[in-house]
Amino acid sequence: MKLIYALFTGIVFGVGLSISGMMNPAKVLNFFDVAGTWDASLVFVMGGAITVTFIGYRLVWRRAGPIFGDRFQIPSSNAVDARLVGGSAIFGIGWGIAGFCPGAAIPALGTGRWEVMLFLVAVTVGFYARRLMASLLSEVKTPPMPNP
Amino acid sequence: METLFTPLSSFSGGLLIGLGAVLLMLGLGRIFGATGIMSGLVFAENQPEFSWRAAVVLGMALSPGLIFAVTGKMPELSIPMSPLMIIIGGVIVGFGASLGSGCTSGHGVCGLSRLSVRSVVAVPTFMVTAGITVYVIRHVLGA
Repeated sequence: MKLIYALFTGIVFGVGLSISGMMNPAKVLNFFDVAGTWDASLVFVMGGAITVTFIGYRLVWRRAGPIFGDRFQIPSSNAVDARLVGGSAIFGIGWGIAGFCPGAAIPALGTGRWEVMLFLVAVTVGFYARRLMASLLSEVKTPPMPNP
Repeated sequence: METLFTPLSSFSGGLLIGLGAVLLMLGLGRIFGATGIMSGLVFAENQPEFSWRAAVVLGMALSPGLIFAVTGKMPELSIPMSPLMIIIGGVIVGFGASLGSGCTSGHGVCGLSRLSVRSVVAVPTFMVTAGITVYVIRHVLGA
């Protein structure tokens, strides 16, 4: 039941992405091309999405917990650090190059275009690169062997 | 390439995106962040952590087909980028979004709606760098 529900939320989200134009890279890149073929449509996507989520989250959080779980799992960190700012800045550069963001690429995959698969494989490579970096950094942070 | 200004369908699509995010919070208590869901799928530590993410991703991937079944038209998708740009951009997207703990859905939709300080910083950051990148590619390099 939980999985059918999860599938349904994916469909709602995906249909929204599809009809909003957010999964169309030509439209996304034009949104950023203020100096050229500007298309402001994506402001309306974010406006609609945030309006519903802002109100909806507050209604949902009146409950003690979710339907299929014991608690709401909400990120608690408020740390604005180099990873957040640097990672976001890097993500924006990639978004501007590829025209897809991860969420939009998943429904786009359903149209059967091979380029989308290429993008998602590349994104996964990026995930692994981040993992690798994290493990390398934590190796550096590991305290040195105690003196005998 | 010009695209049509579509405030109505974009706004309606946005409402559904928000509804999907709210339903996931109501049912599973989770943030609808594509980066978190995708990387959680790739690096899932156990079956339940994998299954719900796989179900969400499957639902998202089925959605254009469902739209086609109902309206007889596939949603528009035109890809002006070369395959090389898709690969380079994709790796950068995956690395940056996981380093910054989120993308357009997690920070943009869910984070801003929660008034998360991190997302309030992250969203203008990636919007500005995306804008600069598109400007450089189209108007400086002339691609």
